[in-house]
Amino acid sequence: MHRLAQEHIMNTMKQSLSDRLALLSDAAKYDASCSSSGAGKRDSAATKGLGSVSNGICHAFTPDGRCISLLKILLTNFCIYDCAYCINRSSSNVARARFTPEEVIWLTLEFYRRNYIEGLFLSSGIIRSSDDTMSQMVRVARELRQTHKFRGYIHLKTIPNASPALLAEAGLYADRLSINVEMPTERGLADYAPQKHASEIRHSMGEMRTHIDAAKDRTLAGRKAPRFAPGGQSTQMIVGADQASDRDILSSSSSLYTGYKLRRVYYSAFSPIPDASAILPIRPPPLLREHRLYQADWLFRFYGFQFSEITASRPDGMLDLELDPKLAWALANRAVFPIDLNRAPKEMLLRVPGLGVRSVQAIIAARRHRQLRLEDLAKLKVSLRKVKPFLYATGWSPGRLADQQNIRQLFVPHPQQLALF
Amino acid sequence: MAYGFILDDHSSFSTWRPLARQCFLANRTPEEIEWRCASAETTLFDAPLVAPTPKTGAKPPVLRSNCLALLRSILRHADQTRFALAYRILWRAQTEPALASIATDPDIARALNMHKQVRQDTHKMTAYVRFREHGATQDGRRSFYAWFEPDHYILPNVAPFFSKRFVDMDWVILTPKGSLAWNGETCAFSPTPCAKPKLSDDIDQLWQTYYVSTFNPARIKTKAMLSEMPRKYWKNLPETQLIPHMLANAPARVAAMAAQQPRPAPAFHHKLQQRRASVDHRAPPSHQHQHQHQHQHQHQHQHQHLTPHPHADQEQAYAQDRHPESEF
Repeated sequence: MHRLAQEHIMNTMKQSLSDRLALLSDAAKYDASCSSSGAGKRDSAATKGLGSVSNGICHAFTPDGRCISLLKILLTNFCIYDCAYCINRSSSNVARARFTPEEVIWLTLEFYRRNYIEGLFLSSGIIRSSDDTMSQMVRVARELRQTHKFRGYIHLKTIPNASPALLAEAGLYADRLSINVEMPTERGLADYAPQKHASEIRHSMGEMRTHIDAAKDRTLAGRKAPRFAPGGQSTQMIVGADQASDRDILSSSSSLYTGYKLRRVYYSAFSPIPDASAILPIRPPPLLREHRLYQADWLFRFYGFQFSEITASRPDGMLDLELDPKLAWALANRAVFPIDLNRAPKEMLLRVPGLGVRSVQAIIAARRHRQLRLEDLAKLKVSLRKVKPFLYATGWSPGRLADQQNIRQLFVPHPQQLALF
Repeated sequence: MAYGFILDDHSSFSTWRPLARQCFLANRTPEEIEWRCASAETTLFDAPLVAPTPKTGAKPPVLRSNCLALLRSILRHADQTRFALAYRILWRAQTEPALASIATDPDIARALNMHKQVRQDTHKMTAYVRFREHGATQDGRRSFYAWFEPDHYILPNVAPFFSKRFVDMDWVILTPKGSLAWNGETCAFSPTPCAKPKLSDDIDQLWQTYYVSTFNPARIKTKAMLSEMPRKYWKNLPETQLIPHMLANAPARVAAMAAQQPRPAPAFHHKLQQRRASVDHRAPPSHQHQHQHQHQHQHQHQHQHLTPHPHADQEQAYAQDRHPESEF
């Protein structure tokens, strides 16, 4: 082993398991991904072991508003990379620690038995080489599956440059694999993560996509291909550490979703870390910016919007912080509205601010049998105030409301004092 | 005298169904039938209830599958008017067969709302039950107990989830609305209300450590937390008692991060840089490299054992000089 790493690790092994759990979960928390869905359904009824997977359950929420679904930890926070935004970069003075694979397995199973978690999200700093780090992570997943008959969720972070054989084995045990693109642009990555390379990350993502696609296929003889990460792959971009605009970020997402068929792109507002690098901005971006990006992402994934449409009307490429992106789009495209509640196609209803996917489904089912009035929407818990400038319905026409020049004023939130919790 | 039935609080669809059929076959309208819960306060003026007698040759009611599923679900709700609502929907659906698809109808809107609450209660129970270890059974299987307070009569709904997930351990879930017990083979449901037991588990401390450490003090979103984890669940969760403390400490932790001056990198980092440089056969490196090397780095899959990226500085030159910024 790398002699320096070994010395360092020997010094850190004196910490208790609880101390190391504190360090290695603190070090992992800047990864926003915590989803435990998308891997289909399975349980332990036949295998008599432990664990099942269905739609993903959030077992707790912390006051930062994030859910805890998985035990999200690092195998070690010791790292030979020096990425400026990362709490674990080699030039940081944070305390270092390491788990053995056995400890991670034990924690996962004991936490799972108490119904604290849906499974494990294991990541790691890079200690000797990509392959060495990756093989330890794969060992954890293999033993959970084979020795302990664990059928809960496993998400493994893929280490850049790990060998194809290790990647294939990881896909055999993991439900989801991910590799973070970190920065929305290549320039950002080069500036902040000198040892990471956009081309290598893309290469790894491409490999994973090929594996994932292949696993859904059958051989010529009709046999099933080996399992490979049925929950697909995801990635994360850090928002607000570099100069990239929301348009840059979303166009990056667009190519990730279409080019690499990612299941999820996570946006993580850059957050201050202890012992931060001097090249990072001092002020974090507003959390609302991250929220707006997620809303835009949602519009792309579930509402039939293209990312380019969402940012088209924004001169500086930044999403409107005052209005949600769907409302902002509707106000910029007033010519499209109002539309007829009783006749408009589903794709158009989905574009009406205030109508969600569920309410659109309910409207389409109900209008086959009855003429709908605007008031009927209140029964679906839809905000009439929000939808009424955009819809015609039996007994309702928005009239001049839709033509008003200052329609934006109807929606912009009134200034209010900040809440003190 | 009035027509109707007195039902136990935990009565489900299977109890209600034959009674509703009986009323329908007797051709009794929803207004004529009273559905009374056993626990409801009765007054002197409450008339004794008689079951209506079915007429011979009456046509049995017919329901579409989505309507049947909706009734099944709302009969798990704790609302004491659920039986009357279900019978009214059953009655109306005979002349309006698509009734359950009309979410804007007042009866259906109410039923859908109840269905949503039952589904949410079921989901929250799968999320917030906490098992505490309680020794081992005689045959050596590990044994766990949990206490949970559901709003609705959902134990039969969650039984398959728990019995297919926690197969290799014995467990009992106690609630004020009955209990579930699993022994590795069968899951037994009892409607008898339970009292809150005293439970503890040492592993809760590790879980609390995890809960505190995974929290980011620089982003406080208590509204988001409360909307997903309302306070009514807090009293039975081992981690939530720490929340006030975490919130109280957060501003000081953020201020400390902001006030912290950049510190010199640890010795390890410098040794690492030197090692990287010696692999490179280059002059002693500093953190801020000048990009002197212009030769293009060919992308290869190298597995260097010492340092994965011996050409760090060259690669930086490649990334910055040869390639203009582009979308990822």
